[in-house]
Amino acid sequence: MNSISNIIDWFINTGVLNMALIALIYLTVFALLGLFLVLLERKVAAWFQLRIGPNRVGYLGLFQTIADALKLVSKELTGTVKADKFLYNLAPYFVIVTSLMALAVFPFTKDLQAFDINIGIFFLIAISSIGVIGILLGGWSSNNKFALIGAMRSGVQTVSYELSVGLSLLTMVILTGSLQLSEIIEVQKSGWLIVQGHIPAIIAFMIYMIAGTAETNRAPFDMVEAESELGAGYHTEYSGMKFAYFFLAEFINMFIIAAIATTIFFGGWLSPFGITESLPWMGLFWFLVKTFVLVFLMMWFRWTFPRLRVDQLLTLEWKYLLPINLVNLVLMAVIVWLNLTIQI
Amino acid sequence: METAVLNSTTVKKSNFKSEEYFINMGPQHPATHGVLRLLLTIDGEIIKKVEPDLGYIHRSIEKMSESNSYQQIVHLTDRLDYLSSHINNEAVCLCVENALELEVPERVKVIRTILGELTRIASHTLWWGVMGMDVGALTTYFYGFRDREMINDIFEETCGARLTMNYNIPGGLMQDIHPNFVKRVKEFIPHFRSKLPEYDRLLTGNIIFQKRTKGVGVLSREDAINFGASGPVARASGYSCDVRKYHPYSALDKVNFTEALDTAGDSFARYKVRIAEMWESLNIIEQLIDNIPEGDFKVATNAVIKLPKGDFYQKVETARGEFGVYIISTGNKNPYRVKFRSPGLSNLSLLNHIAVGGKIGDLVATMATIDIVVPDIDR
Amino acid sequence: MGYFSNIYHGIRTLLTGMRVTGKYFLNARKGAITQQYPDNRDTLKMFERFRGEVVMPHDENNEHSCTGCQKCELACPNGSIEIIWDRVIDPETGKKKKAIDQHIYHFGMCTQCGLCVDACPSDAIKWAQNFENSVYDRTQLTRILNKPGSKVRAGVEE
Ligand code: SF4
Ligand code: SF4
Repeated sequence: MNSISNIIDWFINTGVLNMALIALIYLTVFALLGLFLVLLERKVAAWFQLRIGPNRVGYLGLFQTIADALKLVSKELTGTVKADKFLYNLAPYFVIVTSLMALAVFPFTKDLQAFDINIGIFFLIAISSIGVIGILLGGWSSNNKFALIGAMRSGVQTVSYELSVGLSLLTMVILTGSLQLSEIIEVQKSGWLIVQGHIPAIIAFMIYMIAGTAETNRAPFDMVEAESELGAGYHTEYSGMKFAYFFLAEFINMFIIAAIATTIFFGGWLSPFGITESLPWMGLFWFLVKTFVLVFLMMWFRWTFPRLRVDQLLTLEWKYLLPINLVNLVLMAVIVWLNLTIQI
Repeated sequence: METAVLNSTTVKKSNFKSEEYFINMGPQHPATHGVLRLLLTIDGEIIKKVEPDLGYIHRSIEKMSESNSYQQIVHLTDRLDYLSSHINNEAVCLCVENALELEVPERVKVIRTILGELTRIASHTLWWGVMGMDVGALTTYFYGFRDREMINDIFEETCGARLTMNYNIPGGLMQDIHPNFVKRVKEFIPHFRSKLPEYDRLLTGNIIFQKRTKGVGVLSREDAINFGASGPVARASGYSCDVRKYHPYSALDKVNFTEALDTAGDSFARYKVRIAEMWESLNIIEQLIDNIPEGDFKVATNAVIKLPKGDFYQKVETARGEFGVYIISTGNKNPYRVKFRSPGLSNLSLLNHIAVGGKIGDLVATMATIDIVVPDIDR
Repeated sequence: MGYFSNIYHGIRTLLTGMRVTGKYFLNARKGAITQQYPDNRDTLKMFERFRGEVVMPHDENNEHSCTGCQKCELACPNGSIEIIWDRVIDPETGKKKKAIDQHIYHFGMCTQCGLCVDACPSDAIKWAQNFENSVYDRTQLTRILNKPGSKVRAGVEE
């Protein structure tokens, strides 16, 4: 008896229970957010393409993706006979877990932050490169040539674009002097970083957006699942909920990329010119507004541009983004050193 | 004993040798536009060999024609290249009319030409949308279809169907044009003139698109001639072969138009030739739409058409190239043998020649600019 | 310098493309070309020449104008029309005359080519604009076009 109450005490005292509760809330909220993003993407795509978009399930089709999710849950899980069963089943979890993990460190308002670690940016970059393992595993283990080609492309793509994401964020870290996300926002009280860092910050932002789109494997960088070339790429053989994990992860990743950009370039939850400083909860509103504007930008890319070819993808990274990024890094260092930043 | 001679390093090396592998693109694959199967031999991403495998939609239309009357053959050609169905119908009708030495009224000729050029535009707008989709720009598909929809409405109102029109009959047309026809076509021309520059802004100028298509799938003029290529594919390689220019049929000898030509021979050149063709088709329609001569919409033929003994050939320019109808008649009410020369088959035969050495993405772009329609190839 | 002009040129073309789609996005409300099909059933009208299915119009006396000449049967490329006819004695002239018993139309085989309607000398059959043709059982697609008890309108000759 004593040992059980000891364990319970331990749970309560160390805050594991709290953490589990928070994790549960986060999971629910962001799973719903993912579903909402899918709906948003479909609506936005429809509006770009002279269509109406989903409008049958619920008011204005708001429950469409919920219905889709229910359908996916209830679908049969199929797989190829010769698949490597263990890896095949593991892959979707890699992808979804890493993308959900990344969400933990974002400061949505001053107080709403699950996990404020002092290496926030580093953590985000590290986590986002684990996700690709899931894609590689999925493509490799499903024993399908299309999936394999997709997975290989994804490996190539992520390895190269990781660099650009990292470097462009590093450029901004020079300005902030900290990797901790809450502190980065503190710094921005005297002007968003994209204003503070002016030219190099804008270049870094542009590179970050390009590389970030590539990191999430979205068009125009969707070689991984290029449907006109590979059918469905790495998730060709997945069905039902496992496919849904991949799908959801893609959309949550998109949100993450936009959220990082919001935090680092656009002041996170800070309101423009401090207009709602007295209302702390408005931070959440501003954070989401900024993030969704960036998400919309990524959708706009997707529904406008053709897809690059795999070698052009590498040319873009190694011949254009990376050199510019390195020069930009130096430029930023010089600007910070000479104190040429704009402080409001 | 041989293996014993090999030292350990060579054995190790051979363990890591790269291997070519096969991939089946199709018969169900988004980029093959129907049931075409391509057997690809690939080394990594690079294509070593493309072997098209045909026959998935073979309906033996040529054989069926042998047991059909001449009026009935016309409607079978709808099902060949269904995007140029009107022009296919016209080819059969012209062939039969030539054999009968039947002179159709001017009105019929002009209407046939207008409808033919509208068909060409409809086919090219669809191609444009699908082309964008194949290189990954999904939105073009809907813009292309929006404009095609207007033409389809024109067809539906006058011919009674959107795709398989069967509006031509030997001797003329099935019905006179609808009273709204001229008005609708006149509405369409300025609409499409304003949309074509948009096509250019959205796709043609796009840096990614240009990078994807320039220098990809290059076809030389000699090869175009040797492989029997025709239509925009051949013209993009500098081979001037427009049937409308060299063997004008219907009212095409009365209109002024320039043949779209390019010399680069790559996918981008084929793209540009098709865009230029849309402009030219608009010009042709504009020249004719205001002066459709009055008159009958058909001349009476016997209910049972019997062609004189002999063989007859007629070629026309469909949206994909030269379409030929070859009829051998023994004087009966059914032909002895019918052969359709379809542009798609010879254009597809090029694919292995120009796609080898490219990437998978290049193959898709090349296929899109060759613009195949599978029922046209299989017949 | 070509390096930077490449970048500039590239970005400019991309922005041009985005402007096109962006314009449509802003006009999304009025621009949608979607047909809200089952909802707009009441207002959706097909063009009068649209070839949906072959029907035989009957007038208020349950009379049609099909003489049973079988021209449509001959014209049909795929045998979708079968005519069962008989000779009946015309009450006025007392002569034997061809009359249809059943005009059978296999809608499932019809390719909507329009040759039968074109061939009919007495305009007895015409096109209906109905396009919702799916049924659960294909036997329902075989239709008898002349109504039971109908007869040919007086004066319509072959
Ligand atoms: S439309 Fe054509 S296929 Fe249909 S019944 Fe008439 S002739 Fe036969
Ligand atoms: S429908 Fe017309 S063509 Fe057919 S049998 Fe009757 S009258 Fe003759």
